[in-house]
Amino acid sequence: MEMTNRKEGEALVMSVKGRMDAVTAPEFEKAVQGLMGEGEISFVIDLADLDYISSAGLRSILALAKKLKTADGSLRLAALQDTVKEVFDISGFSSIIPISDSVEAACSS
Amino acid sequence: MKDIHRPAILESLEDLMTFVAECAEARGFRPKRIQEIQLATEEALVNIFNYAYPENRDGEVRIECTPGEENHLVIEFRDKGIPYRFKDLGKPDVSAPMAEREIGGLGIFLIRKMVDNVQFRREDDENILTFILQPRDQEDDAEPQQPG
Repeated sequence: MEMTNRKEGEALVMSVKGRMDAVTAPEFEKAVQGLMGEGEISFVIDLADLDYISSAGLRSILALAKKLKTADGSLRLAALQDTVKEVFDISGFSSIIPISDSVEAACSS
Repeated sequence: MKDIHRPAILESLEDLMTFVAECAEARGFRPKRIQEIQLATEEALVNIFNYAYPENRDGEVRIECTPGEENHLVIEFRDKGIPYRFKDLGKPDVSAPMAEREIGGLGIFLIRKMVDNVQFRREDDENILTFILQPRDQEDDAEPQQPG
């Protein structure tokens, strides 16, 4: 899994590439928490290049979304691939985490 | 029958997932279905690491892949850890709002969605979790082909 960050207005856009599984999800969670420690509270996670997610990845995303909500921040997901979207739909996460079709749409919402 | 065994630790996950993907591919399963099987496999393995061997790193897990009836694939996960009660694990409320969601608890729910028939038994000193998997090709066939 690879992560790259950029600023898009107020939002921190993090692109995640590869697989978010039980091994890599903690790395993702740690990276976002690190950025939160630097004062970022508005996150857009670009998942266009994420090929796979398991419950460990869902768990990390939910934990971060809860933390950011407490901090008056936000976490939005963008550009999910079909197979990743399916896991969000089946688990009901699509209805609790904001999901946009594109990074642009996520940044402007 | 093909099999693999590795220490029951997270560091083994990649090898075991690759093995299962190769079994499903050899059985003629499509990429989308293979990814679903990998997801169910990860969830099963993480449960074994956490519940069968909660406190030691000396445990081992063994996976056996066997062709099933018709075009099915049968995957068995065997460990010699403490007995865990598969049927009691993981019945999350997937319609609950975020504030009420428990973190985690989704692994077994996802297994049941991805696997056509899940069986669990304790035999001698082994936990044996069995997945019986169908190719589910119809869903894939509905997808348009990407040009070039």
